Amino acid sequence: MNMIGQSIDRVEDDDLLQASTRFVGSLAFENMLHMHVVRSPYAHARLKNVTVGKAASAPGVVAVWTGNDIRELPPIGFRRIPDRDLLQHRQPVMALDELRYVGEPAAIVLATDPCLAEDAGRLIAINAEIRPPVLDCGTETDARTEARMRGSNEVARIEKGYGDVEAAFAAAEHKISISCRLARQTAVPMETRGAIAVPHPAAAGFDLYGAAKVPHANRQELARILSLDIGGVVLREGHAGGGFGVRGELYPEDVLVAFAALRLGRPVKWIEDRSEHFLAINHSRDQTIHLNAAVSKTGIIAALRARITTDQGAYLRTHEIKVSDLSCAFLPGPYRIPAYQATATVHLTNKTPCGTYRAPGRFEATFAMERMIDAIARTLELDPVEVRRRNLISAADMPFDRQIEATGKRVVYDSGDYLQTLDTAIRAFDLPELRRSAEERRQRGECIGIGLAMFVEKTDTALHETARLELAADGKIEIVTGTSSLGQGMETALAQIAADGLGFPIDVFRIVRGQTDRISQSGGTFASRTTVMAGSAIHEASRIFRRKLIETSAALLGATTEVITLRRDGCCINGRNVALSELRAMIDASAHSTQLIAEADFSSGAMACPYGVHIAQVKVDPDDLSVTVEKYHIAYEIGRAVNPDLVKAQLLGGAMQGIGGALMEEISFSSDGQPLTTSFADYVTPRIVDVPAFEILLLEDWPSPTNPLGLKGAGEGGINAAGAAVAAAVEDAFAAKIAPRRLPITPKALFDLLSKTDDGLISPLRRR
Amino acid sequence: MEDTELHTISFTLNGVTQRLRVAARRSLTDVLGQECGMKSAHMGCGQGDCGSCTVSVDGVPIRGCLLFAVQADGADIRTAEALANPDSLAAIRNAFKKHRAIQCGYCTPGFMVLADYILRNELSLDQAIQTLSANLCRCTGYSPIVSAVADLLAARAERGSGP
Ligand code: FES
Ligand code: FES
Repeated sequence: MNMIGQSIDRVEDDDLLQASTRFVGSLAFENMLHMHVVRSPYAHARLKNVTVGKAASAPGVVAVWTGNDIRELPPIGFRRIPDRDLLQHRQPVMALDELRYVGEPAAIVLATDPCLAEDAGRLIAINAEIRPPVLDCGTETDARTEARMRGSNEVARIEKGYGDVEAAFAAAEHKISISCRLARQTAVPMETRGAIAVPHPAAAGFDLYGAAKVPHANRQELARILSLDIGGVVLREGHAGGGFGVRGELYPEDVLVAFAALRLGRPVKWIEDRSEHFLAINHSRDQTIHLNAAVSKTGIIAALRARITTDQGAYLRTHEIKVSDLSCAFLPGPYRIPAYQATATVHLTNKTPCGTYRAPGRFEATFAMERMIDAIARTLELDPVEVRRRNLISAADMPFDRQIEATGKRVVYDSGDYLQTLDTAIRAFDLPELRRSAEERRQRGECIGIGLAMFVEKTDTALHETARLELAADGKIEIVTGTSSLGQGMETALAQIAADGLGFPIDVFRIVRGQTDRISQSGGTFASRTTVMAGSAIHEASRIFRRKLIETSAALLGATTEVITLRRDGCCINGRNVALSELRAMIDASAHSTQLIAEADFSSGAMACPYGVHIAQVKVDPDDLSVTVEKYHIAYEIGRAVNPDLVKAQLLGGAMQGIGGALMEEISFSSDGQPLTTSFADYVTPRIVDVPAFEILLLEDWPSPTNPLGLKGAGEGGINAAGAAVAAAVEDAFAAKIAPRRLPITPKALFDLLSKTDDGLISPLRRR
Repeated sequence: MEDTELHTISFTLNGVTQRLRVAARRSLTDVLGQECGMKSAHMGCGQGDCGSCTVSVDGVPIRGCLLFAVQADGADIRTAEALANPDSLAAIRNAFKKHRAIQCGYCTPGFMVLADYILRNELSLDQAIQTLSANLCRCTGYSPIVSAVADLLAARAERGSGP
C-alpha cells in the first residue's frame, strides 16, 4: 500500500475536536502549588534588593524566593557554543544584581491558588537604582551603564564570505546600495506557555509537563542546572497550541517550576498570561541589513556585500547568535553571486531577548536580497523577473556548494532547478495576466501591484534522529519519537511513513512523542526537520520491524519465514491469519521470544533545501493607506510530499503569518524601554478579513538526495518570502515611485514614504 | 485585593445543571475549565482579544474570559464539547476535519462555537465571515476555517431547498 503522497485525514483531529486533549493548562495534580513570577518593571536598573515583606505570610502562600535564594543555579546555557566569550551573556534564572529588561524574572511566589499567588506578588517591592536603558544597536556604553558591554553594546561579530569582492567592485559597471529594516516581531502562538513540574520521591528528579520542541536537549540542560542525574529528569509533551520556534526553548520559568517542585516536594504549575508572554517569550527579527552589489549592465551580480545589525535584546538565550549567522549564510539565496562578503554584528539592548521565529534569519535575508534584485531591476530598467533569471543558479551546478557555513555546517543546496520552478510558477499562476489586469485596474485609478520573490529554505539535519517501533500490548504498533507536535500534523505524516514501510493501515499505529523516558535521543522539532529526520529514521525502523515481525511469527508458529505474508493488521501463515494483538499475546506467553522492537538511527551530513516562488497581489486604499493582499500564490518544491494537504496547510498558515509580518506586526518600546505592545490589541496579527485568495502549487520534481525518501521540509516555505513578495507588490502598486524597505509596511510607514517623494504622490491618491 | 468570599451560582452547562461556589473575581473560562472539567475552555489572552475562550451563553457566542462566572448565574451555557445538538456537533467536527481547519487545535473550540451560532442563525456567507473575524488563529491562515463554514452553509441550503 502506498501511503506516502496521500492526503489522508489527520490522526490528531478526533482528539482535538472532541476536546479530549490535554493542553497543559487543563492538567492538575494532587497537592499542586501555583507559581507567579514577579517581573522587573524597569528596562535597566541596578537591583538593590527585593523586599518580600508581607508576601511571605499572605493567604495561601507557601514560599517566596528571589534571585538571592537561587544564586547557586548557573545561567541557562546555549545548545551550541560558538565562542566561549559569549557565555558571560547568558540569562540567569532570576535577576541577581542587575535588571536588564522589563519582564525579567525577579522573584517567584508559590501558593495554593494562582490568584492568591498573584495577590501576594503585588506585595513584593523591587528596590532598584534606575539607569538609562540601551535601546539601539551601536550605542556607546560606559562602565556605569553596563560593565559587560565594555564601551559598546556590540557583543559578537560574524564574518562570512568567498570570492574576490574587492576586484568585482573595482570592475563593476553599477554599484547599487540599499538599506532594509525588519521590525521586532514574535510568533504569538494562541496558547501561551505553561509548565508543571511533578517531583519524584526524595527530590531525585521530576516530570516536567508542557514540554515541546527540543525535550531531549532541555532534559540535559535542566539536569545540568539543577545538578541532577539526567535519568531523573523526564520531559512530557502533551498537545501544544502552536510553536513556530518560540515555544519549547528552555526559559527561566521552566527551571523555576522544577526548582520549586524539588525544594517543596509538591507539584508546581505555572501558566503564562498573555501580557507576560509578550514580555517573556523570545522576540525575533529586529535586523537592519545594508546591501551593496556590484552589478554588470545586464543586471548580473558580480559581488555582494552585506552588513547586518541585530538587536538581540538583553541576553543571549539558548540560540545565542544563531539567527544572525543564518542571515549571513542564507542571504545569497537562489542566486549565483560569485563573490560575497557578509558581516553581522550582534548588539545587546535592554529589551526582551531574541531567539528563533519561523524561518529565522531567512525571512530577514530573503527580504533584503529580493529587495536588492528589485532595486537592480529598477536601476537598470529591467524586468524584475528577468534579473532573477539572469542570476539564478543553474540546474547543472547542483548540488551547489555555497562555500560558506551556517552554524558550523557547510551550505550545499542539494537539488533543484530554480529556473524551471520560476517558469512553472509564472505559467501556473499566469503572471502576465496578473500584471495585465493590475495595469488595467491602475488605469482605472486603483492602486494595485504585483510582487514576486524567490527563496531557498533549509531543512535542518542537525544531530541525528532515533526512532523506534514497538508492538504494544493492545496490538498497536507504537512509533516512538523524540520530535515534537506543535500542531503541524506530524503524527499523521510519521504514521504514514511507517504504514508505507510495513504495508499496514494507518490505524494500526500510535505515535508516542516527546516523552524523554521512552527514547534515548532526538534532535527535536525545528527548522522543518521533523518529517525529514524522524521520517527517515522511521522508514529505516519499519524495515527492521518488518523483518523481525516475520522472523518472530515464523519462530512462534513453527513455520519458515518464506510462507509468511503481512496482511491488514497482522500476518498470514499458510492461510491462517494472526492478528498483531494475538502475536503479542503469543510473545508474552513464550519463554523464548523477545518483544518486537525495532530501533533505527538516521543521520545525514547535508541539509535538504526546498525552495520556491511567492507572488502577491496587493491593493492600497487611497484614503487610509492600508494594504490588502488580494491574492497570494506559492509554488514550492518539496522533493516528495508525505501528505500534500498537510504541506499546503503549512504553507498557507506560514504565508498568513508572513503577511502579518509584512504589513502589521511590530513590537515597540517607549524611550525608557517600556514595552508598548503587550496584548493582541497592540500587537496586531492577521484576522479572517485579511485573508487573500490563496493558490498553492506543490512540486515534487527534485527529490532530495540527502535522505532515503527524498523529503524536504515544509514548515517555513510559506513565511520565508512573504515579506519580500508583499513589499515588491506595494512598490509595483506605486509604479516603483517608492521602495518599501522596512517591514511592517503599516499605513503610517507608507504615509512617510509617500510624503518623501517629490511628486507629492499622496495628494492624487487622496483626491480619488 | 484579596477576594475569598464565595458566591453560590448555578447554570446549565451543555444541558446539565451545575451548582458551584465561586469567588466573584473568577472568569467564566477559568471556572468552566478548572471547576467543571471543560477541556475546551481555552484561555488565549484573557483580555478579550482572541476569542479562544468563546462559549455560547443563552444562545449567543461570548468571550468567557470577559465574563465573571457569577454573571453567568442562571444562564444556559454550551461549549464545544456539545454545541447546540449532537447533529450540529457532528457536522461541524466533520467539516473542520475535512477542510484542515485544525492545526494545533487551541483556537478550535472557539471557532466551533461561532460556526454553531452561524448555522443556528442561518447567516449568509458574508455575515459568517464577519462573525468568524471575531476570533484569532495563528496556525491555519484561516482560509480552511472559512471553507469549512462555507461548506456547512452550502449543505444547509441544500437541505433547506430539498423536498
Ligand atoms: S481568552 Fe478570551 S478573548 Fe482571548
Ligand atoms: S489551529 Fe492553532 S491557533 Fe488555530
